[in-house]
Amino acid sequence: MKIVVCINHVPDTETKVKVGTDGKTIDKAGVNYMLNPYDEFAIEAALQLKEKFGGETLVMSLGGDAHKETLRKALAMGIEKAILLKDDSIRDSYSIAKALAEEIRTLSADCILFGKQSIDYYNEEIPGLVAEFLGLPSVSVVVRININNGKVICEREIEGGHEVVETKIPLVMAAQKGLNEPRYPSLKGIMAAKTKPIEERQAATASSYVEVLTMHKPPPKQPGKIIGTDVNAVPELIRLLREEAKVL
Amino acid sequence: MMKFQGVDYYNIESLLSEEEILARSTIREFVDDNVIPIIEKHNRAGTYPMDLVPKMAELGLFGSTLPAKYGCAEMNNVAYGLVMQELERGDSGVRSFASVQSALVMYPIYTFGSEQQKDYWLPKLASGDKIGCFGLTEPDYGSNPAGMITHANEKGNCYVLNGAKMWITNGTLADVAVVWAKLNGVIHGFLVEKGRKGFSAPEMTGKHSLRASVTSELIFQDCEIPKENILPKTEGLKSPLMCLNQARYGIAWGAVGSAMACYDTALNYAKSRIQFGKPIASFQMIQEKLVYMVTEITKAQLLCLQIGRLKDRGKLKYQQVSMAKRNNVHHALEIARMAREILGANGILDEYPVMRHMANLESVKTYEGTHEMHTLIVGEDITGIPAYV
Repeated sequence: MKIVVCINHVPDTETKVKVGTDGKTIDKAGVNYMLNPYDEFAIEAALQLKEKFGGETLVMSLGGDAHKETLRKALAMGIEKAILLKDDSIRDSYSIAKALAEEIRTLSADCILFGKQSIDYYNEEIPGLVAEFLGLPSVSVVVRININNGKVICEREIEGGHEVVETKIPLVMAAQKGLNEPRYPSLKGIMAAKTKPIEERQAATASSYVEVLTMHKPPPKQPGKIIGTDVNAVPELIRLLREEAKVL
Repeated sequence: MMKFQGVDYYNIESLLSEEEILARSTIREFVDDNVIPIIEKHNRAGTYPMDLVPKMAELGLFGSTLPAKYGCAEMNNVAYGLVMQELERGDSGVRSFASVQSALVMYPIYTFGSEQQKDYWLPKLASGDKIGCFGLTEPDYGSNPAGMITHANEKGNCYVLNGAKMWITNGTLADVAVVWAKLNGVIHGFLVEKGRKGFSAPEMTGKHSLRASVTSELIFQDCEIPKENILPKTEGLKSPLMCLNQARYGIAWGAVGSAMACYDTALNYAKSRIQFGKPIASFQMIQEKLVYMVTEITKAQLLCLQIGRLKDRGKLKYQQVSMAKRNNVHHALEIARMAREILGANGILDEYPVMRHMANLESVKTYEGTHEMHTLIVGEDITGIPAYV
């Protein structure tokens, strides 16, 4: 089985993001980056599929040289090869998906795995777009994968429950938390990753249709107000919840 | 809870390689997920979290600088040091476990052992299937190990060991002990497996420090071991001191981890604790303490990185390791005490890690060469005059 995992290099969840001077990108100074957390589930799923069915695993990312750090982590976890689609320009989801799809088309993969979303822009579009460009079935928010003779049964998370769907390989799947418990890269894996190849290719050009005009932070949280400390405060509290906060 | 972000005031990360950073980040995450949530419970109970052993082995934390053919990661010494730092950010006991297994058991077997001993023991110790301990210190011989009483006598195809060791980390847990004893008046290393007749390893209790770590006595009463259990390349006190030097190197890094945990706790506490209508971090006396802490952590990090680079080039003198161990543990302990002061009464609770680190560091300051002995080692090195007696 040939498994491709597409991963992203995103600001650390603990980073306090500031808007840059251009007003439409983030200020990258002092920002730590990490492997997109949902992509860890996709990598673990790929490793488990390989352990079960044999074959090869490959990880791919589109972006600048900084993405190599994240690709290296995937290699340290056990993925065998990496491709960096080099591109420093700003692209929308459509354009990124198009470039990924062009590369994946040449790889004759059986499974193409993603995290269900990147935690930077939260567009949640790329897995579906890539599947569409490649004409493949796509299953999102996957929490269980069962492959048997080319038949794929997936469990998906839906509002308030789970849904079981059936499709076949080749396909695109987008991993949700709960699919598995991602392994840590072992020290041996980290050393082995040093000698694994990261192949650099030029990302295919593609148009973008969505442009970011501005970015701004949500208004700062208002300080709390203490109305009183006993039962006498309740009527005033209710009045404020009704008239000021307008939540009742 | 906020994920630990590290302490890096001088952008020391820019001096690290990609794999050194990845090793550090991985163990940092492992400690956040697996050590921090359970460590206070074990510290209270006075138990080592044995569940961690297979996980630590899986990550490659045992003997991580030794060759791949024994199942080890073959990392450089800076990566090893960063791993020790992150483990001790969790707890000194957890770092001690990895230190003993790596520097005091696998290192002597690798350095002084026969091919058969290496092939048999190293893979099992790397995989965590077997646990080791190191017996040098005796009840009456601590800083002066040359005076040790434990001795071996030849008897046919055996050596017969008699004597007692004390303060032995992992002693009760160990499947194999690297024991130092005099044979015809010269110190040699011997491998003693658990279960040998005449060998017992009772646990020492009543510790106020390193509670999440097993500390034991090793008692040998006419304990017979086959002659092939001697570590053939050991001769004299230099051999165990070479092992201690490995362990001290890891301790110098580990102390930085403890100090980081205390500083991070104190900084966050000082920014959120309100007194007199403002955060206590706005008071000059608190800021002075925090600045001392971050300055000493930064200096300690730089000492560690440089001894690591020297070690990787084969240029490290043992006296330089003494300086780093002496300095870093001393300041880590001062930092832990200051953190406790900043936290006020809350500092004594095990809701916060600082008092545990402080108590642990009292042991760390004394073990693997006391603070005072390291002073004399560096003192001799710079003056040419030994002042031990």
